[in-house]
Amino acid sequence: MAEEKATKKSIKKANYLSARESARISRENRKITDELEKKKKRKNVPESEYLTQMRDPSNVLEIDNLHTYFYTDIGVAKAVDGVTFDVPAGKTVGIVGESGCGKSVTSLSIMHLVQRPQGQIVKGEIRFNAGDKVYDIAKMPLEKMNEIRGNKISMIFQEPMTSLNPVFRIGQQVDEVIELHSSDLFRGNAEFEKAQGKDGEAKKARAALIKARTIEMLNLVGIANSEGVYHMYPHELSGGMRQRVMIAMALACEPKVIIADEPTTALDVTIQAQILDILKSLKDKINASIIIITHDLGVIAEIADYVAVMYAGRVVEKGTAKEIFDHPSHPYTIGLMASRPVLRKRVNRLYSIPGKVPNPINMPNYCYFKDRCEMCVEACSGPYPGETALSPTHCVSCYRYAKDDKND
Amino acid sequence: MIKMIETKTNNKENITPLVHDDKYVLEVNNLKKYFPIKKGLLGSTSSYVRAVDGISFKIERGTTMGLVGESGCGKTTVGRTILRLTDKTSGQVLFDGKEIFDLSPKELRKLRPKMQIIFQDPYSSLSPRLPIGEIIGEAVREHGIVPENEYDDYIDQIMENCGLQTFHKDRYPHEFSGGQRQRICIARALALNPEFVVCDEPLSALDVSIQAQIINLLMDLQEKYNLTYLFISHDLSVVEHISDTIGVMYLGNLVEYGKKEDIFNNPLHPYTKALFSAIPIPDPNVKMNRIVLEGNLPSPANPPKGCKFHTRCSNCMEICKTQAPEPIEVEPGHTVVCHLYNK
Repeated sequence: MAEEKATKKSIKKANYLSARESARISRENRKITDELEKKKKRKNVPESEYLTQMRDPSNVLEIDNLHTYFYTDIGVAKAVDGVTFDVPAGKTVGIVGESGCGKSVTSLSIMHLVQRPQGQIVKGEIRFNAGDKVYDIAKMPLEKMNEIRGNKISMIFQEPMTSLNPVFRIGQQVDEVIELHSSDLFRGNAEFEKAQGKDGEAKKARAALIKARTIEMLNLVGIANSEGVYHMYPHELSGGMRQRVMIAMALACEPKVIIADEPTTALDVTIQAQILDILKSLKDKINASIIIITHDLGVIAEIADYVAVMYAGRVVEKGTAKEIFDHPSHPYTIGLMASRPVLRKRVNRLYSIPGKVPNPINMPNYCYFKDRCEMCVEACSGPYPGETALSPTHCVSCYRYAKDDKND
Repeated sequence: MIKMIETKTNNKENITPLVHDDKYVLEVNNLKKYFPIKKGLLGSTSSYVRAVDGISFKIERGTTMGLVGESGCGKTTVGRTILRLTDKTSGQVLFDGKEIFDLSPKELRKLRPKMQIIFQDPYSSLSPRLPIGEIIGEAVREHGIVPENEYDDYIDQIMENCGLQTFHKDRYPHEFSGGQRQRICIARALALNPEFVVCDEPLSALDVSIQAQIINLLMDLQEKYNLTYLFISHDLSVVEHISDTIGVMYLGNLVEYGKKEDIFNNPLHPYTKALFSAIPIPDPNVKMNRIVLEGNLPSPANPPKGCKFHTRCSNCMEICKTQAPEPIEVEPGHTVVCHLYNK
């Protein structure tokens, strides 16, 4: 009984922060975030500051050692803690992991949509190949980012129910995106050049052009009654239709990269199949790369060419879909696959990964998965394992495979 | 309106009363639940949403029945109606041979501990103002499951069985993660020594690795206490793992019903086939021949005439558009409601 009380007390103590301590933390945080914010909000930043080179020109996006931290009042939460992966042009990359492992924060970092000022990209590069120039998104100032976001890189959000504005018609919402980026989108279009100017005639011509584009987009994602849907409100559409509208919106500006953050999680299986089919066919039609974030391994297997498995803010394993599914190597990947019942494969008991994800504020200094891992080796007590290449494309961060590069 | 009443009375006449068989914990016969749609200032009923439109099934003691279907097809309403959490429109529900809708409030109260439900969302189904020991124990005390002096030990034991630490007893729900909360919900249901538990999508709010823990827990507890489950879910791979019999629902009707092996090895109804082919298989080497269903679920307030599935069916025939199919027993214990097998 006494022992029980003691453990209870120590647990409480570990979670307890005095007001003074909390104030100190938030003061320190403010200092850091203010400085980062100031840097971001500068005007007329010379382009040379955020121009860079791709490591491999055939990639459209390279994420290199990305760190995104949240400066909260109870400490710094390292949501993304050294993520590295590439997105080749015209390919689909899937990111899998449990909730809270940093999947969404990685994608929000790419879009510069991490909640400010608490959330900040503190380290690392996100190199984006815009065709003629290569930008480092992590260093880009805000005003410049507006030209890329939604235009070159766009995003499909998880919940189609909440990410559409309920008080505007569907058409207006898609129009808005196109109008905002119209100068870029319609470049070289004679009709659009003619419709420049402030008078009513020109405005009307421009609006008609934009509307035509919106309806074309709605048709593209398989909305049959596109003229009708143009005038509808979001509540008049079903979940699947709303998700189609979101996809249409994301595609409107012919982006090079589409980030789909759990695009099918809120949908039924039959509707999910429809949406996956649309994404697959669209990728070929507009030649974009897709980053798909999900916790459903089935979806990943179906749509992705490359897979990155994330755990507690880091990529623990990455490779082609075939490599990951045929030879899962990291214990976490193996556990994740075994914990899911698969259709027509009978098992008596499902494997369940023991324990839970470590606290993001207080990460251990050894392998983050060690406490839940059933395949630990001696070296696991050492620092976080580096990446070991099992094949040119297949990398895993685990000591079980680190044989040759011990000096790493 | 008059027409509506007529059809209702007609249905009542059609029911052949069930004969109770002791093998089954729950027998449902032609159960219907219509929700009125009220219109206008006076709230006169203009039409009905046919959430459950005549379904029949039986669940054997100690087995699990899986109920699958798209959202909005009436799965949850079935679960709630057979526990008499809402009233029925017509039909029969026998629990241990007793018609639960004929029971007096006093008799029903006695029966309540025997049938329990685990809700979908562990975040909203626990009272934020009660410590979890109280959440689990409230009904135990109310129904006098154990004598007063054994109460504390009993709660401890239930918590241990469900994988909860007993020193967490005085904590509040917000201090727990989703998986632990679902364990609390399970403990709350099991504390009453139920025979029959409705699991209404108990996994959909949880992470993949946590789902496995909860599935294992549910199966262990079933073995230990010889529980009977009605497992409602839209996740077919989970349903396949946990169930013995499976019912596939579409727009308030069971379109196919049978043993798990029969349904999964030999799906007959076009909807079941489409549903199975829609599940992504986590293996990039498998290329699926997918049957993609066009369009959405029709409104249950105004379902299509004839077979309700004919608007989305790839094998639609003329007869499907006018005449509703009757259940056909294709092999023993495997029924399908489709004109294709009408020979």
